Amino acid sequence: MTDTPKENPKAAGHVHYQGRMHALQKEIITRWYKELHGVWQRQQASNAVPLPGSGATGAVPLMISGNCVELLQAFDLLPVYPEINALQLAIRKKALEYLLKAEDMGYSTDNCGYVKADMAFYLEGAETAQGTRIPKPSLILNNFVGCNTYIKWFEHLAHFTKAPLFTLDIPFLQGEEPDAGQIKYVADQLKDLIRLLEKVSGRSFDIDRLREILKLSARSEELWSAIKMTAKNNPSPYEAFFDATTMMGPLYVSRGTPEGVRFFEEALREMEEKVRLGVGAVAKERFRVVVEAPPPYPYFKAFRDLFNTWGACSVASTYSCVGGTFEFGFRHDPRDPLNSIARHMLVHNVCNRNYIQRYDQILRYIKEWNADALIIHSVKSCRLFSAGHGDMREFFTSKGIPTLYVESDLEDPRYYSPAQMRNRFDAFFEALEHKKYSTKGAGV
Amino acid sequence: MSGKLEAALARCRELTEDMSYASVRSHKEKTGDGAIGYFPVYSPLELYHAAGYLPVAVHGGGNQIEITAADSRFGSFICSIVKSTMELGMKGHLDVLDGVVFHDICDSARNLAWLFERNFKDKLFMEYFHLPQKPDGAAAAAFLGGEYERIYTKLAALRGRKPDLDAIRKSIGLYNINRGLHRRLYKLRSERPQDVLTAELSLLTRAGGILPVEEHNKMLADCLADFEARSNKPRDGIRVLVEGSFCEQPPIELLELLDAVGCFAVDDDLLIGRRWFDQDVPVKGNPFSALAEAYMKSPVPSSVRHNPGVPRTEAMVQRVRSNKAQAVLFIYAKFCEPGLFDYVLFKDVLEREGIPHLLIEFEEKMWTFDKARMELETFVESQLFAYD
Ligand code: SF4
Ligand code: SF4
Repeated sequence: MTDTPKENPKAAGHVHYQGRMHALQKEIITRWYKELHGVWQRQQASNAVPLPGSGATGAVPLMISGNCVELLQAFDLLPVYPEINALQLAIRKKALEYLLKAEDMGYSTDNCGYVKADMAFYLEGAETAQGTRIPKPSLILNNFVGCNTYIKWFEHLAHFTKAPLFTLDIPFLQGEEPDAGQIKYVADQLKDLIRLLEKVSGRSFDIDRLREILKLSARSEELWSAIKMTAKNNPSPYEAFFDATTMMGPLYVSRGTPEGVRFFEEALREMEEKVRLGVGAVAKERFRVVVEAPPPYPYFKAFRDLFNTWGACSVASTYSCVGGTFEFGFRHDPRDPLNSIARHMLVHNVCNRNYIQRYDQILRYIKEWNADALIIHSVKSCRLFSAGHGDMREFFTSKGIPTLYVESDLEDPRYYSPAQMRNRFDAFFEALEHKKYSTKGAGV
Repeated sequence: MSGKLEAALARCRELTEDMSYASVRSHKEKTGDGAIGYFPVYSPLELYHAAGYLPVAVHGGGNQIEITAADSRFGSFICSIVKSTMELGMKGHLDVLDGVVFHDICDSARNLAWLFERNFKDKLFMEYFHLPQKPDGAAAAAFLGGEYERIYTKLAALRGRKPDLDAIRKSIGLYNINRGLHRRLYKLRSERPQDVLTAELSLLTRAGGILPVEEHNKMLADCLADFEARSNKPRDGIRVLVEGSFCEQPPIELLELLDAVGCFAVDDDLLIGRRWFDQDVPVKGNPFSALAEAYMKSPVPSSVRHNPGVPRTEAMVQRVRSNKAQAVLFIYAKFCEPGLFDYVLFKDVLEREGIPHLLIEFEEKMWTFDKARMELETFVESQLFAYD
């Protein structure tokens, strides 16, 4: 099952997928890492929590799904996203060494690869590829939004770091609307969290500050949503799966800051310009696809090349909605801060929505973004996405939507077989090409 | 073995292996009750019982069915119980039920619930509820009480019944008896493991997933008396705590193997949902609150329940000590995410405490037990030697 971990240099003629927004994204992420490193340095100098002085008051790990980063920002606490730690390791082809270390500790080969790699990374000193360090948590914010594995991840982090842990227990969404009891249950927990964050940060809560942050978040969300909408153009200026991952960093780290808003303004400008010039995200767009589930980060570029070779552009993706389904209209509301944070966590992110709602979301993408096909990248060790992917394939196929189902992993390179993956893509797109282009006037 | 006990255990085995659910069908015909399936780990059976349903454990297909259709509905890293439960639905085995209730123990089971909703909604209703993963604070219990009331009201209405709090209190009383009998059986086993074998105890508990509670109570009481009357000679072996089979159940043959090689379980978490409370649930007051508070306050540790105030790891060490266990035997379903994750923390703490342990993974369709036998025998021998 293991092929040599090399990407095929010929596949897409050495395509570099870099635009202005990639450079800006790097800046934001680098600054964030530096700030985290600053907290780590101060922790080395003094073990006092909260940290004295101005600037960041500490660092708080939380999960991306329906994250409430605005609350941390209101106390000058920096977020740490363990998922970003893990994906960085994978994309830099460092995952396997950490996965093996985790397996030595007793982690099962098939447990969520993100958790395994991140735990080993933490225990090995948490040094990032940039040479910065991730600090010890001032608090672990276990935002249980959809994924039960989150709970395990944070229980393990708390076990090994001995940091205090606070759980936000978000009931799983059943219908389209949560009932009043659910909103109250979550909003009450947010109040408890605020009291705790005051202690952790040594700062008092200022609701007006939170409103300001939420206003900026709402603006970032508006822009992010507008960017997603540009993918409705033909050709699409925006790669809604691969490039979305570039944008997710700023969305989760700094959506509630002026810097975040600037990033999304710039990215939208770039997309609008491309629309004006008729420039697509892929050189010659021939197919428009929707992608379900996270990418194979250990083979990120090789996987992207498979799309590119066929002129396939992702026009929408569910993975880009882990942090929020903003393209369907939700915005944080500075006039109703806690309830809107609660609604974001309960309703407006892909992880807390049920499988049938995900089918509906994909159907909307296919229709409204005018896509030809669905690609399901079933991530073996992430059951939140993959448990049921066969049923999803059956559902879409029965609706006459061409569906490609491939399996690998988001962290573990051992589950990606480049040759097999290429064959699957080639066979699928050959058939799709026939369907789309050989029959006169027949779209899909 | 007394003939009576033997017959009861044989009946349990027959009931739990019958994937046509014939006894459920005949109970419905006889009583006019409905039948409701529930997926593990914990489910408030009192509410289903009081609303006029026979609660039926939907615990996969064990080694009784072939998986031919459900495999293609999931990814490859999914535990057997999820696949075989889907297969039961797809092949019509569950048509005898009116509906199935799920809750969020793990990502696979949660998605299974919505696959049920999509694929079987014409013949089975699907109900889903949230068990708070937040042990502290009254808010969680109040929220859960609300969930229970919502489910009960809906289920009762489906049977044309008006809410009847006294009926729920009565059901709580019956399940209190059931849990009390389980506690006595477990205590007896811890004291005299040679007289209550793990496979036997497991069969008895499993039968409770099919039989009406009134009948199961009688069966448990009779068997308890029979076990008490037994006086097998203690055999060479070690006392172990068995952990990990809280959801998917290991083949009975694997449990029989434990007894055969001298690995005497003195406590376990097999079907822990049937034994969730260490005390009776109050039968007075608001029954929804009583059940919800009992759930939140229960000290029973489980891999599907987040309870940082009482870490499962420390609770395990306590359980080892209080049961005078010599080792821990982890029996996990292959691909069981909550279980296999917990193993890492358990291992860390057991090694700190110098408590020996062994891990065995199983699947429902495990046919050969040679490897497990060898591992268990070696483990038992090494421990016997160590304690000589
Ligand atoms: S199971 Fe999936 S969603 Fe959950 S933590 Fe792992 S990768 Fe993330
Ligand atoms: S056996 Fe484990 S993974 Fe499978 S449904 Fe049960 S808890 Fe989930």
